[in-house]
Amino acid sequence: MPRGFSHTLNSSTLQPGELQLKIENVSLAFGGVQALTDVSLEVRQSAITAVIGPNGAGKTSLLNCISGLYHPQDGRILFYNQGNEHELTKLKPYQIAKLGIARSFQNIELFKHMTVLDNLMLGRHNHLKSNIFTGGLYWGKTQKEEVENRFFVEDIIDLLEIQAIRKQAVGTLSYGLQKRVELGRALAMQPSLLILDEPMAGMNAEEKEDMARFVLDVNEEHGVSIIIIEHDMGVVMDISDHIAVLDFGLKIGDGTPDEVQRNPDVIRAYLGEDLAIM
Amino acid sequence: MESGIFHTTYESDMALRRTPWMRWRIYILLVLLAIFPFVANNYYLTLANQIGIVAIAAIGLNILTGFTGQISLGTGGFMAVGAYTSGLLAANLGLPWWLTIIIASIFTALVGGFFGIPSLRLKGLYLAMATLASQQIIEWAIIRSPLTGGVEALVLPMPTVFGRRANTEFGFYWVIFIILILVVFYAVNLFRSKIGRAFIAIRDQDIAAEVMGVNLFRYKILSFATSSFIIGMAGGMLANYRGIVSFERFTIEASIFYLAVIIIGGMGSVSGSIYGAIFMTLVPAILTNLGQTLGGSIPQMAKLIPFIRQGVFGLTIIIFLIFEPEGLAKIWRDIKDYLRLWPFSY
Repeated sequence: MPRGFSHTLNSSTLQPGELQLKIENVSLAFGGVQALTDVSLEVRQSAITAVIGPNGAGKTSLLNCISGLYHPQDGRILFYNQGNEHELTKLKPYQIAKLGIARSFQNIELFKHMTVLDNLMLGRHNHLKSNIFTGGLYWGKTQKEEVENRFFVEDIIDLLEIQAIRKQAVGTLSYGLQKRVELGRALAMQPSLLILDEPMAGMNAEEKEDMARFVLDVNEEHGVSIIIIEHDMGVVMDISDHIAVLDFGLKIGDGTPDEVQRNPDVIRAYLGEDLAIM
Repeated sequence: MESGIFHTTYESDMALRRTPWMRWRIYILLVLLAIFPFVANNYYLTLANQIGIVAIAAIGLNILTGFTGQISLGTGGFMAVGAYTSGLLAANLGLPWWLTIIIASIFTALVGGFFGIPSLRLKGLYLAMATLASQQIIEWAIIRSPLTGGVEALVLPMPTVFGRRANTEFGFYWVIFIILILVVFYAVNLFRSKIGRAFIAIRDQDIAAEVMGVNLFRYKILSFATSSFIIGMAGGMLANYRGIVSFERFTIEASIFYLAVIIIGGMGSVSGSIYGAIFMTLVPAILTNLGQTLGGSIPQMAKLIPFIRQGVFGLTIIIFLIFEPEGLAKIWRDIKDYLRLWPFSY
């Protein structure tokens, strides 16, 4: 465990490079709108997998299928941890969270009246054991558990350099800091797989650099697998090991950053060759 | 003036009362409250008892509406369930009054949990309508049931402690005092541990809470049940305190009254529930007294005074909401912040 963390940040039991998440022929439609068509994707342990594509390509829909917010009409999503295979499309979001799949959202979804500390402690939800009776008594077991988990949460606060704001209500923080807190809340879950939906959207260059460093720290030092959606191609090409490209719900490219950059379909989707010819 | 508070352990950093003075303030308050019944006359004791029962029910409602964000218009109904359960058990089975209150609380928790089921699908005003339905169903059941005596009032046997009457103003003050302390203690601790945090998370951002591992359905029902447990307890206490139960005390008007209590006191604040209870009990009492004095000196106005009283009461609430939508709890917090830095607030 690097840097004296009180718990391991990565709760996956797989070895780096092993198959962790397998999306098989997933199709999702909302009424007449086909959001995803026959999308397949593999995510390997300790890799950074980026999902890119133009607006409305179905990137967030794909992530929502993984975290159980959407249930695809067709296809399977298999997740491997601790020697078991889990079919995610049959599980509810809170059950998927129990498997250690943590995520952040595109439009920050923090608990804005709670402090930064409480937001991170909520990330510990599945690791806490107090109930409706013992919680109301607090002293004894509950206090011990709260303090123990506070140590871990403080480790994350140190990692993300948000010590100064730990007792502020999240709603009063700047956008960049809120994004950081949201990453922290996901990390507090001790993720086996971390899903980040546009963690750098709307940030300036310096904030992006910070965020990229945090993402790389989490991945390289702690070995956490990451799925990331990001529009900044510079960042995506630099940090990801593997890139999948979506366009209109179809996967049009898949491979290393170099392969994707040379893929003619991807170039067409991004530069709009069809339109250019017309 | 303080230059800063520095904690060396997380235990002390996470304590409810983080400085000695904050602790002493609570001890002083408790001592004053314990001396109060020996110096106050019956009128003030009645007011104190009313405040206590309203405060307990308001904390119950605040757990559901203020902390979990589930608007409920069913408080009156749930209180009625507690009051009638306690009353019927005491009157028909002759169980001791304290036991009937415990059973009534548990039964109300079950009823509340049941009526919380629509909350999985309904939010905001739609949930308010669903809880309004629960209020109507409970009222209907009480009026129609052969067991409850319908529109006739239900008379309870006299509650006793060691053979002495317990529901005198003085005697019941202690019952309410102790239970209020326990309820406050429970609520403030709940909201700094796992379950309470999950409740607040559901209020602030339910989808994110679910993705973080909070089982929405389970926790919403749990919130309904916990809230109803406390509201039912207040109902059971009210029944034993008055010695008589009538459904008219538990109509939709009561539900709205309790919503007003927590809105004025402060949504999502345990202490705010108590401030709201004090406000909503004392202001009408003060207005009544003023009215009587006024009616004595200007007899022509005597007939108008009840209406003026209602109007002034309504106006006070509106003014409060306009100037401090976050309630009395926020005003108290602001005063404390001001005094802490006084006289050098920069």
